[in-house]
Amino acid sequence: MADFAITFVLTLMVLLMVLNLGGVLLWVERKGSAVLQDRIGANRAAIFGKLPFNLGIINTLVADPIKLFTKENFVPQGADKLLHTLAPIIALLPVLVTFIAIPFGDVLVIGDRVINLQAASLNVGLLYIVAMVSLGVYGVVLGGWASNNRWALLGGIRGAAQMISYEIPMGLSLVAVVMTFGSLDLQDIARAQGHLIGGWIPAWGILYQPLAFLIFMVAGIAESKRVPFDLPEAESELISGYFTEYSGAKQATFMLVDFIESIIVAGLVTAMFFGGWQVPFLLRDGFHCPWGSVISLPSVVVALLQVGSFTLKVLFFCWLQIMIRWTLPRFRYDQLMNLSWKGLIPLSLGNVVITALLIFLL
Amino acid sequence: MDYVTFFALALPLIFVATMVIVHPSPVYSALFLVMTLFLLAVYFLFLEAHLVAVLQIIVYAGAIMVLFLFVIMLLNLQAEPREQQRRGVHRAALIGGGVLAIELFVLLRRLPTGDTPDRALPPGFGTVQALSERLFTDFLLPFEITSILLLVAMVGAVVLAKRQG
Repeated sequence: MADFAITFVLTLMVLLMVLNLGGVLLWVERKGSAVLQDRIGANRAAIFGKLPFNLGIINTLVADPIKLFTKENFVPQGADKLLHTLAPIIALLPVLVTFIAIPFGDVLVIGDRVINLQAASLNVGLLYIVAMVSLGVYGVVLGGWASNNRWALLGGIRGAAQMISYEIPMGLSLVAVVMTFGSLDLQDIARAQGHLIGGWIPAWGILYQPLAFLIFMVAGIAESKRVPFDLPEAESELISGYFTEYSGAKQATFMLVDFIESIIVAGLVTAMFFGGWQVPFLLRDGFHCPWGSVISLPSVVVALLQVGSFTLKVLFFCWLQIMIRWTLPRFRYDQLMNLSWKGLIPLSLGNVVITALLIFLL
Repeated sequence: MDYVTFFALALPLIFVATMVIVHPSPVYSALFLVMTLFLLAVYFLFLEAHLVAVLQIIVYAGAIMVLFLFVIMLLNLQAEPREQQRRGVHRAALIGGGVLAIELFVLLRRLPTGDTPDRALPPGFGTVQALSERLFTDFLLPFEITSILLLVAMVGAVVLAKRQG
């Protein structure tokens, strides 16, 4: 019973963290784009037109969702009503359950109970994540098809082609990581990054797999369909692609899915390449500095530091993705396909071969 | 797996599998096939074959069925009126399905009936490590032959595409 309650609380925590962070990212995106384009950006929202106070972040955070969720729910004529309604839900479900396999801390010791700070410890962890991410394409394809709109259909088809193409380099870059750490469980991978190289440098994954990191980051941004890879939306040519015919809450759901996908990419990058929840020199009983001194800390403080470290890293990579989004122009379609099939896939295959050779020789 | 779980999974599975062939719209047929494959993956989960379950979702639901949907949408296939469907296809399907049913019936009759003793699973059953060990020792040759077969299919597809272009 206690085990069940702990799993329930951990899962709920992860779910709420991801959902709320998705909402916050909407505001970060507004403000971030404004900062990059040298304007003030969203800074106020008048409630009922009578309270034009500048309440800043909270106002924007509350006003945007209220606006989106109270708008008219429009289904175009001749559209497939059932699939048109189901598509955003189908898009949302897999991304919401993905995060449970990503660890956000080491262990929390309460009394004689040791809690693994990971909602689900799966033997097939990374494969599970790949499986769920690969299901994300259904929402895009079905949304595009069910809208009975040429632009939406084109967006859906582009989305399917793009996501299939970029899943391959993504998976292959993960293969190299799995070979390095010898496990598919992200908690094992995060723990393996705890030791020090030469007593000083934390052995984070990026030191072993820099190329895999770059490939994964590019493929991850392409999987979450964000600029420079937002060909399925491409508002200058397809209006807004697969969600052209969506309004109100359903359109908000599609937006939320995009943000959660970028959180997942940030979480995976953190867990595999940047030590996950690791704080340099922090072990389970406190700081072990390389010059020999030891600062011992209680388990709760260590766990809090680790969760904080993980959160900061994830926030950094979310921010980085938003900065990339507002810095780069959109690819042309043939460039997009060339980059994946002629650039990233051979590179990631080469990376796997080199990793195998190094493991075999060393 | 007890009887309740078995039937709670088997009945929806048979329903969605029937809908794949009964539904007139190709997109819905493809979606019902996705659901069929998903429910099969749940079966594997209950049988402790976690890796097989995840691979089932990655390979079939995540890749192959997306390509199916992609092709259906690219060709913009619409729901076919029943009278336009070709007779010959129906006949061939009936004969093929009948032969398959007879084969399955004969095979099922050969299975040992009655209570089979519950064999305890070896530790680590269904994990990535256990399955890959079997795959790279006992089943190495079939595994490699399958991969070469896939490579040949891929090269064949490229050759066919080049000839037309």
